[in-house]
Amino acid sequence: MVKKALPGTTDQQEIEPSGAPPRTRSFWATLGRIFLRQREASVIIVAIVLIIYFQLSNDNFLTLQNIPVLSQYTAATAIIAAGEVMLLICGEIDLSVGEVYAFAPYIMYFAYQAGIPLVASIILALLVSAVVGLINGAITVWLKVPSLITTLGTLFLIEGITLIISGATQVPTPEEPVIKTIMGNSAYSEILWAIFIVIVMQIVLSWTRWGIHTIAIGSNPDGASEVGININKVKIGNFILTALFAGLSGILDSFYVTTINPPAAISDIMLTAIAGAVIGGTVLQGGSGTIVGAFLGTLVLSILNNGFTLLGANAYVYDAILGLAILIAMILNVRLQLLRKAGQE
Amino acid sequence: MTEEPTQEAVRVEGITKSFGAVKALRGVNMRLKRGEVLGLVGDNGAGKSTLIKILTGYVQPDTGLIFINGQEVRLRSVTYARSLGIETVYQDLALANDLSVYHNMFLNRELLRPSLPLLNNQEMRRLAADHLEKMDINIPSVDVEISKLSGGQRQAIAIARAVYSNAKILLLDEPLAAMGAREGALILDLIRNLKEMGEVSIIMISHNYLQVLEVCDRVNLLQHGTITLDKSVTPSLLEELNEAVMREYRVNKVG
Repeated sequence: MVKKALPGTTDQQEIEPSGAPPRTRSFWATLGRIFLRQREASVIIVAIVLIIYFQLSNDNFLTLQNIPVLSQYTAATAIIAAGEVMLLICGEIDLSVGEVYAFAPYIMYFAYQAGIPLVASIILALLVSAVVGLINGAITVWLKVPSLITTLGTLFLIEGITLIISGATQVPTPEEPVIKTIMGNSAYSEILWAIFIVIVMQIVLSWTRWGIHTIAIGSNPDGASEVGININKVKIGNFILTALFAGLSGILDSFYVTTINPPAAISDIMLTAIAGAVIGGTVLQGGSGTIVGAFLGTLVLSILNNGFTLLGANAYVYDAILGLAILIAMILNVRLQLLRKAGQE
Repeated sequence: MTEEPTQEAVRVEGITKSFGAVKALRGVNMRLKRGEVLGLVGDNGAGKSTLIKILTGYVQPDTGLIFINGQEVRLRSVTYARSLGIETVYQDLALANDLSVYHNMFLNRELLRPSLPLLNNQEMRRLAADHLEKMDINIPSVDVEISKLSGGQRQAIAIARAVYSNAKILLLDEPLAAMGAREGALILDLIRNLKEMGEVSIIMISHNYLQVLEVCDRVNLLQHGTITLDKSVTPSLLEELNEAVMREYRVNKVG
């Protein structure tokens, strides 16, 4: 007999029973579900534990003087991380963000010095940042250079250009009260920018075709291409977005400190943003991650940084402590996630 | 669409294709009747995948004619082939492991809300669940990520997606590769279901004769770029296939 049924044909054991009919969920229930399903919950726990620890060790931690400092440090990194996560999810990375962060304020400064109105100068600086992203994307996507290498190249290139045009000298930010207040020069303006960007980008990631395609590309590039997704367009778009946010973050920070500084000293913001994204649940292999998670990850790192500074940790051992703390935070995070999974089942 | 006079969903005549000095296809004649399940078998390098890529619109033949529903066509691109109702389920399945079943079902065909450029997840979820139920595909929920499903369930989702996108001609590339017997049976059942529904015509590519004989109406054997055997499935076909393959093996050995 040829047309006989295989022995296993009617055996349904391996097939899981079909679940309950799909419930109709409200927007907020979906938001809640996504929130809990991801690593965010455990990162929040880590953040709370750290806050309690630093508050117990030092009364100055949760004060009206320190909270703006903490929020500003978190905000600048979180804005960069919001773009970086999109890139990491679609399987790319941008190492040049720290240099774009330093570069954009100088563009704004020189444009303003040349007589261009401040708002237009800011827009110009953001456009120039976006062009850096476009270049990163074009070299990666069209010339097939891995983004790790492409952006390592533009990292040094942009750093060099910034040093050349600035003469490696510090300059003051333009004095225009209203604009500078909106653009970072007030206690909570940066964190408000960051929260706004995080919310918008999380919606883009979870509820738009762009976001779904970004995940699909990181998850299965060939598959995404086979269903007709324009991979190059999405990747270049995310490179532009990341550079744009890096530029914005740099401009906000410069107004906050009221000076624009040459790059060398501040480029660790890139590593902090990537570390924050990873702590927040973004997978470096692509396909998975959230903007909210990256925000919380950068918050944890900022708490560590700020807390140790307040405790007066020795400058030489500070980096070592921070490195260890990142590792511990990561291990805790993974452990907690496993615990949470076990609890669900 | 008005009913076409022909009963043939696909007919190819004299298809040749060379890649440099390698003659992948040397004059392939093949037809697929409407509602039929045709098994395309042959060893690695026989030209199966080249033939499928031509039907998918991914590769252009050097010579030969292609008829879809009796109309001569030039399958100049994947998009064009798709617009004619030709869908391929590749071995890699083109599924995104990190996305839910319903997002995969609608990948690059996402439904948006009426007024906002935001995804209409409720509607996609509902339609995906309905469609899977209609096709008798059992999964825990359309909300689970593809990575949580078994190989057979993934294959079933990939086939369901192709059917949902209005496929009239379905090309299945090794649908049971790397799958256990039970999982394979799941897919064979699904193919039988599709045959009963009668809305799609299927070409199933495989190197496993037994599986092909399980579900196919007819089998074509591709050897060195030509169809060397074209027979309806009968109890003696397995023997004939084995003989044909051994014959070629001996010829090659002597030659």
